[in-house]
Amino acid sequence: MRIVVLIKQVPDTTEVRIDRETNTLIREGVPSIINPFDMYALEEGLRMREAAGEGTVTVMSMGPPQVEDALREALAIGVDEAVLLSDRAFAGSDTWSTSYTLAAGIRKLGDADVILCGKQAIDGDTAQVGPGVARLLGIPQVAYVKKITLDGDSCTAERMMEDGHDVLRIPLPALFTVVKDINEPRLPSLKGKMRAKKAEITVWGEGDLDVDPEELGLDGSPTRVMKIFAPELKAGGVVFEGEVGETVPRLVEELLPVLRGEAQ
Amino acid sequence: MSCFLTEEQQMLKDLCAQIAREKILPVREELDESGEFPWEIVKVFAESDICGVYIPEEYGGFGGGAMEMCVATEELSRVCGGISLAFAATALGTYPILLFGSDEQKKKYLPAIAAGEKLAAFALTEANAGSDAGAIETTAVLDGDEYVLNGTKQWITNGGEAETYTVVARTKKGVGIRGISCLIVEKDTPGFTFGKKENKMGIRASATRELIFQDCRVPKANLLGREGMGFMVAMKTFDHSRPGVAAQAVGIAQGALDEAVKYARHREQFGQPVASFQGLQFMLADMATQVEAARALVHQAARVVDSGEKNLAKISAMAKLFASDVAMSVTTDAVQVLGGYGYMKEYPVEKMMRDAKITQIYEGTNQIQRAVIASQVIKESAAKEKRGE
Repeated sequence: MRIVVLIKQVPDTTEVRIDRETNTLIREGVPSIINPFDMYALEEGLRMREAAGEGTVTVMSMGPPQVEDALREALAIGVDEAVLLSDRAFAGSDTWSTSYTLAAGIRKLGDADVILCGKQAIDGDTAQVGPGVARLLGIPQVAYVKKITLDGDSCTAERMMEDGHDVLRIPLPALFTVVKDINEPRLPSLKGKMRAKKAEITVWGEGDLDVDPEELGLDGSPTRVMKIFAPELKAGGVVFEGEVGETVPRLVEELLPVLRGEAQ
Repeated sequence: MSCFLTEEQQMLKDLCAQIAREKILPVREELDESGEFPWEIVKVFAESDICGVYIPEEYGGFGGGAMEMCVATEELSRVCGGISLAFAATALGTYPILLFGSDEQKKKYLPAIAAGEKLAAFALTEANAGSDAGAIETTAVLDGDEYVLNGTKQWITNGGEAETYTVVARTKKGVGIRGISCLIVEKDTPGFTFGKKENKMGIRASATRELIFQDCRVPKANLLGREGMGFMVAMKTFDHSRPGVAAQAVGIAQGALDEAVKYARHREQFGQPVASFQGLQFMLADMATQVEAARALVHQAARVVDSGEKNLAKISAMAKLFASDVAMSVTTDAVQVLGGYGYMKEYPVEKMMRDAKITQIYEGTNQIQRAVIASQVIKESAAKEKRGE
């Protein structure tokens, strides 16, 4: 069984500050960490391998060379191998071209049975890359998963919903994005850290992947950032105080003209 | 300051800091209150390969020495000096085997300790034998292939929780410390039971208990070294373990200093952070300087131990003495810096102050440390004179 975990290196947002002039993150001096949600994906991958008693867990990420640090951290907690997709051509990717590049990496790796991601990254918060990769690979995906039970060629996944959870049965290979409820990530071990320090990390660039150059990096990214700004604070709204029997009619009276389009 | 650590030691330090921050911090207050033994954390130590850092690789350890033991102990103690003892007191119980065990004994007992499957404890103190360790009354009488143990050990750290005990007992009467021996006793040996669990001022997440031996039969093969070597086993064990107590003290002091500085920066009185007042700044400066000096001495002691030097008594006692006095002073000052808040259990410094106190008392009171240091200094001078220097 081959399990692939996609991770992202992100700034530790507990330490991040915002430049009030440009409304962008001040990255200088901010430590980088593995996206916290991805830690749950890594843990789930390791647990799947341990439960199956066989298989490999491969961690993959796309980014600049310093993402190696994040991959070594994943190796230290017990992942078998690490692949970094790194090339100047990948720079400036939005979620579309990131998904495209990662999907190409997974295809080159071959035979992935399970692909795991965190539900979203804490810097961009888009939650798009995981599902995007699944779409590009043409495999089923379930997002916001809190439990996965493997059963031969298929599996059962519990998906968190606002009012409970769905139980879904889907065939493998499949991609899952996981939520925090799924497990408790382990800490690295000393032996793991030693092994990670010496481990070879596979680096693939544009030339190693079967990709269309026009889909890569900034040029391949349809997203255009026009402006970054902090939204204005909205006023606190109106509070109706008093007995229910008295406040509800008042509320209706005030709302009706708004609903009819007669007032704002 | 982490200069002069090897890359591996730095890695160990980072890992222990992570364990302390992510696993120990969330439970330390609760375990201090309940006095419950931190088995969940011991499991984390085991999974992270921490338990065997000072044990040779051939017995399943990481192959480090005193420095590794001290680095780990300090980082863990920084957050909780009680929980860290599950690790540090196991080292104390393991040193007699490491230093005096036969290859067979090492093969039998060390791998499980290195893997974190079993904890160890060292049992010397008795009701009437504390600083005067030679006065122990527990007896071990050879009967065929077995020693028959009788007596009660008191205040044994990890007592009841550990599986492997190194127990000091009298094998011959009337010959003073030359009649003392050290034996390995396994938990669940018939005749070996536990007395009351102590209700302590500090290090409350650590178990301190009586060991009771009533006609407890231990195989002769469990004797460490030879008969009559027990007192030396105990003293050499302390030479190796005292830097660990010192590291625990430095960790507690550093933790209290961190809390004090953080509080002083945020607490405002008279319209400004209290850290802006020189009276308080000078306290923080003295605390920080003491901690740094104590750490330097602990690292020096650990390096001397790891160098293979034979005479360790003086440097080990110095490290333990100095670092524990620093811990008491720094934690007391930390409570002062936090004022009324420092006295409350909502803030961790009162616990650190309670935890610090024991480091001046156990593994030899600081009065005993001074006696050890003085006797070494005087001996060295006399030896010099004899050589005509």
